[in-house]
Amino acid sequence: MDINATLFGQAIWFGVFIWITMKYVWPPLQKAIADRQALIADGLAAGERAKHELELAGKRSADSLREAKGKSAEIIAAAEKRALMVIEEAKQVAKVEADKVVASAQAEIAQQVEHARAELRGRVADLAVAGAERILKREVDAKGHAQMLAALKQEL
Amino acid sequence: MASGEALTSSGYIVHHLTNLKVGAGFWTFHLDTLLVSGIIGLIAFLGMAKIASKATAGVPGNLQSFVEIVLTFVDQQVKDTYHGRSPLVTPMAITIFVWVFLMNAMDLIPVDFVPLILGSVGVHYFKAVPTTDPNLTFAMSLTVFVIMLIMGVKVKGASGFLHEVFCVPFGAKLAPLNFLFRVIEDVAKPISLSLRLFGNMYAGEMVFILIALLGIWQLPLALPWALFHILIITLQAFVFMMLTIVYLSMASESHG
Repeated sequence: MDINATLFGQAIWFGVFIWITMKYVWPPLQKAIADRQALIADGLAAGERAKHELELAGKRSADSLREAKGKSAEIIAAAEKRALMVIEEAKQVAKVEADKVVASAQAEIAQQVEHARAELRGRVADLAVAGAERILKREVDAKGHAQMLAALKQEL
Repeated sequence: MASGEALTSSGYIVHHLTNLKVGAGFWTFHLDTLLVSGIIGLIAFLGMAKIASKATAGVPGNLQSFVEIVLTFVDQQVKDTYHGRSPLVTPMAITIFVWVFLMNAMDLIPVDFVPLILGSVGVHYFKAVPTTDPNLTFAMSLTVFVIMLIMGVKVKGASGFLHEVFCVPFGAKLAPLNFLFRVIEDVAKPISLSLRLFGNMYAGEMVFILIALLGIWQLPLALPWALFHILIITLQAFVFMMLTIVYLSMASESHG
């Protein structure tokens, strides 16, 4: 065991290696580790936040679903009401129309009845004249009878 | 056997435990210790610096993960033990742990490999395990000692430090005795630190050499001892690191 100047050489090596570690090895690695820890912590926090947000979103969606259901029920009720109203209106319109049609038909019938009556009157007059001709079997002043018959027609 | 001049057992052992030297007297340099420890350290620390320079906060690669695991393990030990705030302690603990571990690990290279290879190119003495050289262990422990003193003065101030040296634990009236206690306490630290590492590694290396002398019987013995030695390698690196942290924490905390 001889102690000699190797001591100084080794001390220099030791110092150099401590210096390298202190300047170039430990600080960058320490920084990388700290950064990674921060990164992981951030990631975990973000995950937690996202979970919370998901919960909130679920609640919100349930709320909006309920709201939509309520609204749709309202809309359906309104629509039903409206449909009833429309039907009622249609009924009314139809009734009016039907009345009109009925009225016009009645008017027409009356007209035709009138017409038929006029025709009948003519026929009856002719028939009466022919009958009278036959019954009388004599010459008849057609003109004078015609006047008389026309007067009669008017009375009919 | 490595060379023709060392055919006896004691010659073989002495050959394996002799350093490659240049210089004379005190100004002798153990080239093998300096080179092996330096090259190992440069590879390890420049490599780690390269990995650290590319370190990403995202998903780390395999190498970065490995380095991070080792370094955070050391850092955790520092955090558990050293409660002051010093940018030096963790890097120092990392340096000690990694460097001592790797130098100790040189012990796992079969004892004849390096001497055989270097012997063939004319280098006849080479101790491949730097931690079996007390120069290295003392260099480290004395550096730790100096840093410990500087840290003590820095944290407590010169007057606080002197107060602690002369007035603790028996009060100002027994200042010489306090001083004597303090000197013993402080001198014991680097000596025990360096001799513990040196002794363990030297003994381990010695056992490897003795096993290598057994001829064919070394085969079943070298492997268990190497496996067992892995434990010692790690443990000694850890102990050196841990005691350094403890000493530094003691230096920066008040004794009362």
